[in-house]
Amino acid sequence: MATQKSKTRTRKLPLKQRYSLLTRDLDWEPSYVERDELFPYTSYEGIKIHDWNGWEDPFRLTVDAYYKYQAEKDKRLYAVLDGFAQGQGHLSLSDASYLNALKIFIQGVTPLEYAAHRHFAFLARYLEGPAPRFASLCQSVDELRHCQTQIHTISNYNKYYGGFHSWTTQKDRVWYLSVPKSFFDDAMTAGPFEFLIAISFSFEYLLTNLLFVPFMSGASFNGDLPTMSFGFSAQSDESRHMTLGLEAIKFLLEQDEGNVPIIQEWIDKWFWRAYRVAALVAAMMDYMLPREVTSWKEAFELYFEDQMLGGLFPDLEFYGITPPKHVDLAISEKEHLSHQAYKILHNFSFAAAFTTQTPTAEKMEWLSSAYPESFDEYYRPTWEKHARIEADGGRSFVEGLPQLCQVCQIPMAFTEPDDPTRLSLRHSEYQGETFHTCSDGCQWIFEREPEKYIQAWLPVHQIYQGNCGGPSVPEVLEWYGLQEGDNGEYKGSPDARAWAEWHGEPATAQAKES
Amino acid sequence: MSDITTRQVGIDLQESDDNRAIIDAIREDNPDLTVRRLPGLVKVQCPGRIVVNRETVEDKLGRDWETGEFQLAIVSCAGNFSEWDDDQIIVSWEH
Repeated sequence: MATQKSKTRTRKLPLKQRYSLLTRDLDWEPSYVERDELFPYTSYEGIKIHDWNGWEDPFRLTVDAYYKYQAEKDKRLYAVLDGFAQGQGHLSLSDASYLNALKIFIQGVTPLEYAAHRHFAFLARYLEGPAPRFASLCQSVDELRHCQTQIHTISNYNKYYGGFHSWTTQKDRVWYLSVPKSFFDDAMTAGPFEFLIAISFSFEYLLTNLLFVPFMSGASFNGDLPTMSFGFSAQSDESRHMTLGLEAIKFLLEQDEGNVPIIQEWIDKWFWRAYRVAALVAAMMDYMLPREVTSWKEAFELYFEDQMLGGLFPDLEFYGITPPKHVDLAISEKEHLSHQAYKILHNFSFAAAFTTQTPTAEKMEWLSSAYPESFDEYYRPTWEKHARIEADGGRSFVEGLPQLCQVCQIPMAFTEPDDPTRLSLRHSEYQGETFHTCSDGCQWIFEREPEKYIQAWLPVHQIYQGNCGGPSVPEVLEWYGLQEGDNGEYKGSPDARAWAEWHGEPATAQAKES
Repeated sequence: MSDITTRQVGIDLQESDDNRAIIDAIREDNPDLTVRRLPGLVKVQCPGRIVVNRETVEDKLGRDWETGEFQLAIVSCAGNFSEWDDDQIIVSWEH
């Protein structure tokens, strides 16, 4: 088809020139305060910056373009949300059990978006160059938008399904949510450059693909179009955030040789911190999606091993940066991570804000084909035992409280890298006390900054100290803000019963009474 | 230019009507491109670099297109945005 390419294309300044005018040229030198007083936070980490103008924003984003494109994204998202509400979208999911993954998302990820918004607003004030300040400002607005659109989108399910009602309380209280929360709290209590390497680079550039890409592919495949749409809308910002992360690290490495070892240690630390948070995602992907998309292992190989270790790190070698310490541990765990993480969730879901179930025979077949080297040998026997117990009318939960890792805060249920039958336990002494970690990665992080990690708010310790509503399980669950049916076993739960009723009698489908 | 790397760079795009035209344009301008479809998105990869030309995209779309609109299409990337101006976007590894 012939194109109507315009001779009348409106003449604008070239992008590069417009970007320069709207960022650098709007900056000024302070005249009545000292520079150190205006920017007090960028000196104490030991990072040396000689020329803030060395920072380039490859997107060359300006404020007019930013609002134009963001408005277009929101318009597209809200069209989908209207379609969902008008078309009884809550009935077209693959299965109501899918929503357990969405519950973890709103409890665990949405609060992180808000935390990111707060800290990027801080950077937008305190970074000394106008280009990184503006990039941080845009990211701060993006993160607030993500938080809001996630709440808005997911609230459509709240009318029909349980478990979405108290997530703001739960993120501060429920045991497994201390994993993502402590990760971000750790980053926000670091200096500004460490935060950039932690969140923009190690989390967003290295690992965020493993969270967002399979998650929204999973939403798409399981009939959850609203989530897929906010995922797309957020993720199209994410590519800009990843670029900010990459630009940040290159900028810091190019500024001064002395920055290299500092940044290497931050990469070593934050890769492992972020990777541990991703254990929840591994469980969601492999066990909580009724229709499978890609396995954790496949996604890890594609997005982390191929793209990051194969593509990015050879690029960073130029500056003297090596792949993260303990990356070999993560690679050796790829056959095991999702199974071990879901076993924890399955064992303790009587105290979680979602439900779990023993994998069905079909799910086990898929797991077996996705994990030929580990599933049948190490994990199928456990699930078959659970299935036998349930066939006799039982359901087993672990009623005791687990030892948590002092750093990642995950129950100590991961195994040794060379032996999947032996738990991996590490101990460190500090000021006459013993501290427990789950892996060489977490132990290394603890011993590097013990004075920080001894302050960790560990849910199990807090329960034992009487700070979580009371000594009994019902008291703790009440303090968590759980309602009956939010937790425990999926089969026979209010969500499962409502789903069966709606799909058995489509003519009478309606919102369940609460 | 010093030795040019052939390590894969990649872009993930949302699956949509507009983006099908953009993907056609990328395919035309990058002969070594591989295209992989995942639910809801399309992953393109190419050794060394991927070029997106405004003119080719406009040909495929049949309308004016600003390179900034590419922000509405991208989900994720592997590589540096080494060029982004009014006419062209280039994703590549630098070293």
